[in-house]
Formats: sequence, structure tokens, C-alpha cells
Amino acid sequence: MHRKTLADIALGLEKKEFSSVEITTSFFERIKQLDPDINSFITVTDEQALIKAKLADKQRANNTASPLAGVPIAHKDIFCTEGVKTTCGSKMLDNFLSPYNATVIEKCEAAGLVMLGKTNMDEFAMGSSNETSFYGPVHNPHNLNCVPGGSSGGSAAAVAAGFAPAATGTDTGGSIRQPAAFCGITGLKPTYGRISRWGMIAFASSLDQAGPMTQNAEDAALLMNVMAGFDPKDSTSSDKPTEDYTAKLNVSLKGKKIGLPRQFFSQGLDPAIEQSVRDALTVYEKLGATLVDIELPNADLATPAYYVIAPAECSSNLSRFDGVRFGHRCENPANLADLYSRSRGEGFGDEVKRRILVGTYVLSAGFYDAYYLQAQKARRLIKNDYLNAFEQVDFIAGPTAPSTAFSLNNEIEDPVAMYLNDIYTIAVNLAGLPALSIPCGIASKLPVGLQLIGNYFSEADLLNAGHQFQQNTDWHTQLLAQSVR
Amino acid sequence: MPLDENQVNNIAQLAHIEINPEDISHYTRDISNILDMVKQLEQASTTDIEPLSNPLEQIQRLRADVVTESNQRDKLQENAPLTEKGLFLVPKVIE
Repeated sequence: MHRKTLADIALGLEKKEFSSVEITTSFFERIKQLDPDINSFITVTDEQALIKAKLADKQRANNTASPLAGVPIAHKDIFCTEGVKTTCGSKMLDNFLSPYNATVIEKCEAAGLVMLGKTNMDEFAMGSSNETSFYGPVHNPHNLNCVPGGSSGGSAAAVAAGFAPAATGTDTGGSIRQPAAFCGITGLKPTYGRISRWGMIAFASSLDQAGPMTQNAEDAALLMNVMAGFDPKDSTSSDKPTEDYTAKLNVSLKGKKIGLPRQFFSQGLDPAIEQSVRDALTVYEKLGATLVDIELPNADLATPAYYVIAPAECSSNLSRFDGVRFGHRCENPANLADLYSRSRGEGFGDEVKRRILVGTYVLSAGFYDAYYLQAQKARRLIKNDYLNAFEQVDFIAGPTAPSTAFSLNNEIEDPVAMYLNDIYTIAVNLAGLPALSIPCGIASKLPVGLQLIGNYFSEADLLNAGHQFQQNTDWHTQLLAQSVR
Repeated sequence: MPLDENQVNNIAQLAHIEINPEDISHYTRDISNILDMVKQLEQASTTDIEPLSNPLEQIQRLRADVVTESNQRDKLQENAPLTEKGLFLVPKVIE
């Protein structure tokens, strides 16, 4: 039961092979039995899930159900869920019951999806290992001594462990794609603005984007059909019409050009990963695509530009946590300044504080031009590199991450080393492009991810490329089979 | 190192974040390392390059100036640490 995809479950429900209550209960049993070793959920919402599942079963019985009604899903704990604890992985929000639903949640609810619970994550989505969570680290279902990646580590681990058929995630610098790669699942970061950010707790508003984390590209397409779309409540939401993201899945890749940036296959890349990725690319050649060497001359600027822009936006966004209206408040404040600084000092963890301090510094008078403005100019150079590349190619491919999942407690002591995990994913957020990570091999018994980057709003093409690969290889099913029991 | 402990204390004050005195040295080291890494940006030739703040260069969309929210004060204050008669309470600001 626990390895059924979204498409399988939807079909099984339609054919009345099982009920939503049955399948939902089976996921809760598995979570209860195995999640203590993985820690992928912060909150399990079993009571309300069963109410929703019963409703879906009733709709199925009357033939009034929408296609995904009664299909379970897990949500990253960054999405506000009405009446349900929404922590963002932080002590700051340990007592926060959201008074409203994020648009992503509203859309999933409207589609009849059944929320199983809220998944663990790096605090405020700041981290690449899920170790900065106030609720403890998540363990990789492929090796419990390894990290699942981050920040959507709980979502990735939950899907890989068979606790949920799919999950939502968010990606500010790689937070969907890197954990998808580390856990052997499929993850899509859509174009900036394609999915509403309303009710998604903000980290860096010009980079944040929600997306699906699934067992395969077809399921990601099904979830995109639910999640994507214009939202008047999000001022940066794109009003470009959405499309049926499943429509192109079976289109031939004959004649497509895939660009391989020299900068993505250079120093720092684990040779075993390079081998897996190169092997995966030969699959694309067999499917009729052509591989082309390309250059992204400003690739080295992505990490430094990101670690100015993201902290700057985070320092501004997280100023709302003041201990007054919601969130953690210190005991017995001596005065208002003490209330602010102790509430924030106690409520935020180390990495969040570090980033707020860096952001405060780079935005302060006298440093703004040298750091923030220069980073925004570098951001344009990076975007221009991609625009130039997409004049020649349909997709850009490379590894999702330079290594496989690393050991717990390995890199958290050195923030800069941790930041380098995202060297292949960060530029995509700076440019606002969509990108997909799919499992493409195994190195040291751990999953390897292939990243495909597309032009703006080319999600359906990326999912087509992912699906065609998965129709001709079995890494995605093989890796799930070797995951936890 | 680009920063010393006094500067970090200063930034922490600006950000309204209390840092325990015993943690200041490791914050200073880590933030300095981050700023060292970020220094690579100096090498970028950005003459005549316009800064990019929104990746799609969207223009901020405006909405009509009409009330769209209903009054949900009681519901919203359920998350507040301390309230009285519909007001958020903070320590005395004016003596």
C-alpha cells in the first residue's frame, strides 16, 4: 500500500479497490510505527484527516469526487494551516495555531487531498541538512546516520519512507531539489511566482517558491495542476495562465538540446556523482536529445550573491517576530527593548540568528552599496547567463548536489561549508527559473539526483523530460524500494 | 577578520537579538567567514549593470483601495502572548 503513487491511489479510489479511510489509516499506521526513527513529521493530523477521508469516500460513492479526492498528502510545516500548529521548524512558532490557510493548502483542500500532517524542516527553511530544526534532525530513510537534505528534509524523507505518497515543499536556494536528490525522490521548483506564496512563511521573498515532492514526474505534474495558478493575495504571483501539466508527459524528446555547463562538472564534484549523471545523460541521447557543452561564466557568483540577498530579505521578513502579536515571548521583560531582543534571542536558533545578523549588516548604512547592490547586479549577470544559454538549448542539466547525503553532525559547525551544498541549485532561484531533480543513480549506497533546469514557465517541458527518463529507467522505483523497510 | 566582537554586538542590537556573551566569539567567527566568502562579489565587473530585485522584473501590482478583510480581532489575538480588552500588551513605554 505505501508505495502507491498519487496516480495509483487516485485510480484505486476511483475503481473502489480501497477507500480513502483505508489508505489514510494505513499511512498513519506506518508513520506511527516507523517515523520515530526518521522524525519526518512535526505534527500528525489524524483526526481531521479521517474526517476528510470519510467525506471523500462519500463523494466517491455519489460520483461527485474530484480526481484526487481522498488521496493523502503531507505538507511542509512552512504552510499556514488553519487551526493546526504551524511552526516553520522554530521554537519561535512552537505555540502558533495559524488563523488561516495558505493558498497552497486551500487549493489542496479544494482538490480533496487529505492532509496527513506537517513535516519537519530546517528552521525558517534556513539550512541544507534539516539539522537546524527546533524539533530535531530528520534521518535519511536510506541511511539513518545521514541527513535527508534541507530545508524540505521532512517532506523528502516522508515520501522516501512511504509515510505519504507525496508532499509539498518550498525552495529558496535548493530546498526542494537537494533533499529530493538526497532521498531519491522527484522534486520540482517551479518558476518564481507560478505558485502563490500567500500563507507560506516568508524567508527570502524574491527567491521563495513552493513545489511538489513526489515519487515520480507524473505525480509532480498532477500536483502542479492543483498548486499552480494566479493568486490576487500574492502581489508577486504570476497572472500567466497555467496549463495541464500532464499534457506533455508523453511527448518525444527527439531533437531537444540539453546544455551541460562546464561549471557544473568542475572541482568539488564527487566523481561517482559525475559518473551517474553522465550515464543518465546517455539515456537522453538514446531518447533523441542532443548534448551540448555550454558556459555559465558567472556561476561562481551565485553562492556569494545568494548569501547577501537571502539574509538581507530574511532580516527584513523575520522582523515581524517581535514577541508582541504572536510567537515566543520571553519571561518578565524589563522594558520593550528587552522584550524584543530576548524574545528573538530565545525564539530563534543559531543559523537563523546568524542570517539575520548578516542581513542586518549588509543592509546597514555604508555597506549597502558594496554588498546588497553589488549582489543584485551579480544577480542580473547570473540571469543573463541563463537567458543566453536558453537561446541555444531547451534544458540545462547537471548534478543536483555535489555530494550524496552526508553524515549527521558533519557540517553544521561550519556554515560556509554547508552553504556550498547548494552550488548547483542556488542560481536557479536567483534567476527565478524552474528546475526539476530526479533520481538518476546510486553512489555509496545513496541516491544521486539529476537536475534539469528549464526556461521560464517551462514546467510542463521539464516534467516531460523527467517522465521520459522515468519511462526508460527504474532508478525512481529502485531507490524507493531500497529505502527504509 | 572583517568583523570584531564589538561590531557583532552592535549588529545584534540593531537587529534586536540578544546574543549570550559566551556565544559572541563564534558568531563573530562565522559571520566573518560568511563575509569573506561573499567578498568574491568584488571581482564581478558590474559597471553599467542594473541591479535585479525581482527575477521576473514584475512591477508591483496594486489593488483597489477597498476593505477586503473582515474584523477578526478576537481570532487573531488568540495567538498573542498577552492581551487586554482587545489590545496587545507590552511593557510600559512612557513613564
